[in-house]
Amino acid sequence: MAFIELINVVKNYTKGSEVVHVLQDLNLSLNAGDFLALMGPSGSGKSTLLNLIGGIDKPTAGRVVVGGAELGGMSSSQLAKWRSESIGFVFQFYNLLPFLTAQRNIELPLLLTNLRGAQRKENAMTALRTVSLDDRAKHKPGQLSGGQQQRVAIARAIVADPQILVCDEPTGDLDRQSAQEILELLEILNDRFKKTIIMVTHDPLAAEHAKKVLHLDKGVLVESTEEAVSA
Amino acid sequence: MIKQILKISLMNLRNLPSRFGISSVVVVGIGGVVGVLVAILAMASGFESALSSGASSDRVIVLRDGATDEMASSIGPEEIALIEILPGVAAHSPELYTVVDVPKMDTGTYANLIARGVGAGAFEVRPEIEIVEGRNFVPGRTEIIAGVKAASEFRGLAVGSEVSLRDSTWQVVGHFEAAGSAYESEIWLDFPAALNAFRRFSATSLRIRLDSPADFDVLSEAIEAESRLQVQVISEPSFMEGQSVVLRQIIRSFGYAVAVIMAIGALFAALNTMYTAVSTRTIEIATLRAIGFSSVPIVISVMIEAVILALMGGALGALFSYIVFNGFTVATLNPEAFSQVAFDFNVSTEIIYLGMTWAVVIGFFGGLLPALSAAFIPITAALRGE
Repeated sequence: MAFIELINVVKNYTKGSEVVHVLQDLNLSLNAGDFLALMGPSGSGKSTLLNLIGGIDKPTAGRVVVGGAELGGMSSSQLAKWRSESIGFVFQFYNLLPFLTAQRNIELPLLLTNLRGAQRKENAMTALRTVSLDDRAKHKPGQLSGGQQQRVAIARAIVADPQILVCDEPTGDLDRQSAQEILELLEILNDRFKKTIIMVTHDPLAAEHAKKVLHLDKGVLVESTEEAVSA
Repeated sequence: MIKQILKISLMNLRNLPSRFGISSVVVVGIGGVVGVLVAILAMASGFESALSSGASSDRVIVLRDGATDEMASSIGPEEIALIEILPGVAAHSPELYTVVDVPKMDTGTYANLIARGVGAGAFEVRPEIEIVEGRNFVPGRTEIIAGVKAASEFRGLAVGSEVSLRDSTWQVVGHFEAAGSAYESEIWLDFPAALNAFRRFSATSLRIRLDSPADFDVLSEAIEAESRLQVQVISEPSFMEGQSVVLRQIIRSFGYAVAVIMAIGALFAALNTMYTAVSTRTIEIATLRAIGFSSVPIVISVMIEAVILALMGGALGALFSYIVFNGFTVATLNPEAFSQVAFDFNVSTEIIYLGMTWAVVIGFFGGLLPALSAAFIPITAALRGE
């Protein structure tokens, strides 16, 4: 069985009296260590698909199985625990807590573990070194550039050593130079640390860094660079 | 779960200074409600205390049958002579209770002041009375002594000054304290001189100190058995309580009405503020949930923050009221006595406790809905800032 598997997934939203069909009978298989770029126009369902894999949304129908775990059958608290162990999130606008230092932001996922303060700090510093920002540990987000903030967010995503990183437009708010650095960092995390990465992007240049690229249109996978899908 | 609650709460509380603006709105809003509530209840408490303090179970008041207060009572000298020799009477004072018009210290407008003619045994009946300035009046002379609160609330009552009462001029020769009781809002003069000045022929009441509280029944039965007496005996605590019931109810009802209205306003203000405070953190909370924090610890941590802010507001309001109002002297008309009663605001620990309880309740309900809203909105919607 594939590491990540979506089987006949349907996702609908209700907007007033209207039902919006976001994903339609979608099937997807990904192996551990894949680096997938999801592309497509706005409203095509990219982020919804990412949220389903990340366990922060549930399908209307179908199954989402990640690392052998059937996400649809989990309660909210089970899903929360699963996310804390299995998923690292990277958001377009970083979503760092503005009043915490970079190190404290990175420590957040470790608050859910049994690690003591000193160990949490050490792990956070290791993650900061991985993203080459250990000299910014005591800086708050407002004192960092966009690219640096996204590096801190990536450090936060990897600090608990999850198997999967879900990245929602991680370079969407960055200049070209910073975006390039972030994408190279993601490549390193995929190549060297064997993280499975699913990245939503509008940017074809960003997608070039992924091993696989899938295109979504109106909730249907329409095109891919590899034989990873069938819709 | 508990670990998560502790960690999120500690993180939130540590970072309260970074949310100083929005947090201070909650603190000040709730502080205002508690401050007003404490002030009003302190006023009611002070009034009750003034009318009931000094009441002693070994003292009784004798009034005409059917009279509910001293103004409506009349007891002639023959009746007094019959009562003073009855069993259980340790000391007695025939008294003439009347009201005179004297200008108030602050406005200069005339207000009712109790002038009490007291018999020679008045100080023996009320041993707590203490001359604190000047001296006592000399029987038979047109001299008065003024309670310390009357002296501070009315003009012309300084020791050595003269005051005109019913066509005669009286010299103020002393000030007295009465353990904070309502007597401090009165002026006292010699009973026979008062009868003469006010052209009266009988006392309005007879005050008696009993040998012991147990003699109340003995005296009551003796009076009942004496057919020439058409009087009633009331214990001093019962009489004092009856004298303040209307105003006490007015102040309490008014106080609670104002407090409830303010609390409702504060509740909505707190709700609004907490919603604003939480809504500015919607993405932050959603991020925590995405990372793996559960909803329940987030709700509880937001509630803890709200209640702590409310407690800070409550403490601020109570402290403000304590500093500004505790011991503050005011005077008001007691409708039962048709006279001014001066009293001190009394910010007691019970009132502060009640105020803090209100603060917690407002904080709890003010924080509950925003906390539930923040913690149970779908993560995907919250991450979009919806």
